[in-house]
Amino acid sequence: MSPAPLSRRDRLRNRAVAVAVLVSVWCLLWGSFTWANVLGGLAVAAVVLAVFPLPPVTFAGRVSLPGVLRFVLRFLLDLVVSSVQVAALAFRVGHRPASAVIAVPLKVRSDLNITLTSVALCLVPGSIVIDVDRATGTLYVHVLGVRDRAEVERFRRGIWRLEERIITAVGSAAERRLVAAPDPVSPQSSADRKGTRV
Amino acid sequence: MSPDSVLETVLDTAAVVCLAGGALLCLAAGVALVRFPDLLSRMHAATKPQVLGLLLVLLGCGLRLRTSADVTTLVLIGAFQLATAPVAAHMVGRAALRERRPDPDLLVTDELPADGGPSSPS
Repeated sequence: MSPAPLSRRDRLRNRAVAVAVLVSVWCLLWGSFTWANVLGGLAVAAVVLAVFPLPPVTFAGRVSLPGVLRFVLRFLLDLVVSSVQVAALAFRVGHRPASAVIAVPLKVRSDLNITLTSVALCLVPGSIVIDVDRATGTLYVHVLGVRDRAEVERFRRGIWRLEERIITAVGSAAERRLVAAPDPVSPQSSADRKGTRV
Repeated sequence: MSPDSVLETVLDTAAVVCLAGGALLCLAAGVALVRFPDLLSRMHAATKPQVLGLLLVLLGCGLRLRTSADVTTLVLIGAFQLATAPVAAHMVGRAALRERRPDPDLLVTDELPADGGPSSPS
């Protein structure tokens, strides 16, 4: 999906968001939101954006507050649960944790969705995105501590649910329709290639 | 005991719990780093329990310090940790993948294309 060139309004909005974030970081660094800090932050943000212009990001969606809240709460829960799981795996004596590399074709192929989904996946213990196929929107994910195919498939469905929560939080109407579609058939459901070098 | 000192005790206790929990998770990450069988598994240990571990330690520090200038710095540390940890994990994982494919004996399934995936050097 090659993004259409951004309109002037979109570019202005992207720049406004970047300035707002940079000013908040500046104020947080100084430890207080005073007028002097805000003005200083604006100056620094102007210089930063002039020297390091941001790549264009297409964002056609609409931020839904309940969606964001649901995503954040579920994310924190996942973070705690899987941190404990990986920690427990570390202390288990005489056990070599098995893992898997799975391909997950995302339903929405926008750069923003691929990035957000990968970052959320990477922050939750037990999964790392090791490769991304941008053209097909496929994530290659290394999953730790899976024992069999059934768990692999459960994990794959979990990633689609994660994508759904992200799109519900920040996606556009068209993207919401895409994620509401039924899950694709898993790409390699027949080929269990354990033990064979490919 | 005045209400203020009760509140302080509660906050301090919560801080202790957070700091101890965070420290334990970081210890688990260290142990996993030594014990896990291959690089990709180790990347989980190096990047993950430590994310929650660090957040808990920061939360504990915030509850104990309770001054706005310190808390804003802690918030920044947390935010940048969340923004950078995935990139670090991904870069190391990808570099390892370019070097050689993961050991099939450790994998339940391997769905990377046979040519090594979209970012293979070929």
